[in-house]
This record gives sequence, structure tokens and C-alpha cells, in this order.
Amino acid sequence: MFIQIKNLSKKYKDTLAVNNINFSIEKNKTLGLLGPNGCGKTTSIGMMLGLIKPTSGEILIDNKNIETFKRDEILNRINFASPYIELPKKLTVRQNLEVYGRLYGIKDLKSRINEISEDLDIKSFFNRKTGELSSGQKNRVSLAKSLINKPEILFLDEPTASLDPDIGDFVRTYIQRYRAKNQVTVLLASHNMSEVERLCDSIIMMKNGEIIDRGTCEEIIKKHGRNNLEETFLKLARGKNESR
Amino acid sequence: MNLGKIYALALRHLYLIGNSLPRIIDLIYWPTVQIFLWGFISKFFTLNSDYYSNTVGIILTAAILYDFLFRVSISFNMMFLEEIWSRNFTNLFIAPIKLNEIIASLTLTAILRALIGMVPAAIIAIPLFGVSVFALGLPLLFLLLSLYLFGVTLGLLVTSGLLRFGPSFENIAWASLFFLAPLGCIYYPLDILPISLQFVAKGLPLVHIFEEMRNILLNDVVNYFDIFKAISISILYFVLGVIVFYVSFFGAKVRGTLINMGE
Repeated sequence: MFIQIKNLSKKYKDTLAVNNINFSIEKNKTLGLLGPNGCGKTTSIGMMLGLIKPTSGEILIDNKNIETFKRDEILNRINFASPYIELPKKLTVRQNLEVYGRLYGIKDLKSRINEISEDLDIKSFFNRKTGELSSGQKNRVSLAKSLINKPEILFLDEPTASLDPDIGDFVRTYIQRYRAKNQVTVLLASHNMSEVERLCDSIIMMKNGEIIDRGTCEEIIKKHGRNNLEETFLKLARGKNESR
Repeated sequence: MNLGKIYALALRHLYLIGNSLPRIIDLIYWPTVQIFLWGFISKFFTLNSDYYSNTVGIILTAAILYDFLFRVSISFNMMFLEEIWSRNFTNLFIAPIKLNEIIASLTLTAILRALIGMVPAAIIAIPLFGVSVFALGLPLLFLLLSLYLFGVTLGLLVTSGLLRFGPSFENIAWASLFFLAPLGCIYYPLDILPISLQFVAKGLPLVHIFEEMRNILLNDVVNYFDIFKAISISILYFVLGVIVFYVSFFGAKVRGTLINMGE
């Protein structure tokens, strides 16, 4: 397994944000992380990114414990995009990509920026300040930053939130193509169930800090006797915990 | 340490300054205002005080040095705050850059920002008030080094507070230097302080720096032992600042505040 999460828990004072979760992701597969707001998704991603120290448990990436292995070597191999974090607004798109390309130690940075800018169709606003862009443009720039280092593991937190259907579809198609071409392991947290069905090989459902179900989308939909993932999500989110 | 990564983070802040004329003006404006204000006060004291009668511009020189300290410290804080304001914090801390590289980058960029403000102000003071901070000679470099280290230390302590308490600590960032100014004996000799406060003040490098500055300008004598003492105390505080920063960072990881740090 490329990513292994073993008995992972996080407690903040009296709140158990993540409670003893276990899962793994095979190399080059996409796992969907689903659950209602406050279920522990962000905390789990934060721990996997090394931003939050787990209270207990282990996170292994390519068999290396991220808490004990060299932090920057692991971070070189991963990246993250979320509409809830932003790039410096006063820097142009080109400047932001250059800064992050250098932080990730990209060798042929100019051609990498060129390549990714063409792929994501961001060249037309390359010299505009990032803060002046529309949500869709910002989103694509954020995705470009998250792919600048050709990550082996990509964490995506609601990558199409607040995008119109056209741009949303562009981003999903791009992620699909990128994954097929570049062999990347993806952890996708999303509230868009059609997106999850389209992009994920398997999913885990979280609620109250615990994993309440897991499997492929088809398996979970069938198991709960629903017509689609949205209905299944509602059933699990509103109902009692079922299986782990 | 990877110089490329230190440069990359510095570049982020240099682009920020370069992209905005108001930011450049802001960096130069306040030190220049200080020069004008303290220049006229200095001129008044020079004409009306026996203590300052021998030397023109002690207060102005002190103002320039203090402003350098202030700019270094505030620059360090500002660059860290910029990451919080721009909601770039998570991106930065998931990038493969070590904490010591972040500190090194902010430290190096802070002096650039401080010099952008200080150099024009120091040059303006020469024709305007006939006062040159460069009259301090070679010791000026050592005094600036000590101020630089202490300014960065204050920056480290404030950024540690931001990591620990979040953006609400921002007001402390602005006020941090004013807490120490009364004890720093910037514009007056150490003897002015009550005995008990003198004891505390001697624990700060500021007293040694500004006492030595006055010693050079008034007596035309350089006491290198005092300069060495100032630098040593500054290094001690700097090491302490780095330790506090590391402790705060790991504390923030435990509390989970790194992932949602923002306005």
C-alpha cells in the first residue's frame, strides 16, 4: 500500500475529532473521503499533510512514517489544493508558480510552468495578480500550484467547490486525464457525489470522526439499497453508524 | 539549509514589494518622518541643553538606530502576517521547506526591507540636519548587527505568539517594540532609570548599544568590550527566539492551528 493510516486519532481537549481510523490507498488509485461537515475530513487530511500532530496512530507514506521520517523529503512528493487556502493575492500567477516551483526545487522550472499553464489554460491571465482572478481562474491556478512538483500523492479538498458546471467539468476532466497520464495517488475530499462517482476508485465515509463505511461507490450504493451515491450519503449522514 | 528555497521564499516577499509602489513608499515614508521629527527635536535640544551641547545629533542618531531595529522587527512580523492575511499559510507549511530555512529567509529579507527605509532616511539627515549616522565609523556596523539580531529575535517571539494564539496576536505584533523602548535607554542615559529598572535594562542589548553610541559621539572613544557585550546578549536572545519559535510551531501542530490559520 502506498498510503497506510493505522489507528489514527486526534483529540482536541474534550473533542475527539478523529477516532481510531484505519485505511489504505494503493498506488495510483483515487480514494474519496466523504462525510458531513465536521466529520473529521479536514483533520485527517491535515494529519496526512504533516500539519497536525496525531494524538495516536501512524501515517505511512511509501512505508515511511511521516512523523519520524525527514519532513521535507516526504513533502517533496506530495501536494495539496483546496479552495479554502489561497496563493498570495498580490503576486501574479507567474510569480506564484515561480515561487512555489523554486520551493519544490523544480529543475527546469520555466518549461514546467509553461507545460502546466498550457494544460490548465491559465496563460491568458498569467501576468494578472492572483487576487484579481475569478473563482474558476483561481481554482485552476491553485491546481497548477498543486501539480508543479508532479506529486506522487495529491490531496484535493473540494476541488470544484463554487465553480460553475462548465469549469467544474473542465477541472474533473483534467484531474482524470492527469491521473491517467502521470500515475498519481489521489485522496479526494468532496461533497459533490457525482464528482466522487466519476473520479474515485473507492470511498470511505466518515461521521463523528469515525469511518462508518467503505468500498467502491457501486458496492456502497448497492449495500444500502439506494439509487445513487447522493441518496446513500444522506442515509449514512442522517442515520446511525452502520459498519466499519 | 537549501539556499534555493531560502531565495524562493525571499522572492515571494520581494515580488510583493516590487509589485506595489505604495508598499515601497510606505517602507521609506515612516523612517523619513522619524528623521524630520527627531531632527527638529534634536536641533532644539542641541541649542538648549548643556548635555547635548558638545555633540550635534545624538538624538537623531539614536532615532535612526532605533528605527532600524523597529523596521527589522516589524518587517519580520509583517512577512509572517502576510502569509496569514493572504491565507497562504497552509501552502507554505506543506512545501518542502525546513523551519530553519523559513527563519533564514525572513531574517535576510527583513534586513532588505529595513535598509530600503533606513538608507534614504540616514542620507536625508546629512544635508538637512548636518547629522550623519556614519560618523560612528566602524562600530556602527557592530551596533547595527546587534540591533539586527535583536530585531529578528523580537520578530521571532511575535511570530511565535501568532503561531500560538493565531491572528488575534496581531496587535501585540505592532506593540511589541514599544514595550521594551522605555527600558532600552534609547534617548536617555541608563542613570535616568530607577536602580531596580537599571538592573533589568542591563539584561537587554539595547542599553549597551545606545550607551555605546552616546559614548562614541560624546567622548569620541570606542569601548569594544561593550559592543561585544551587546552582540553577545543579542545572540543569546536570538537563540532563545529560535527555540521559542520551534516550540510554538510544534505546539501549533498539536493544536491543529496551522491548517486553518487565516483572517
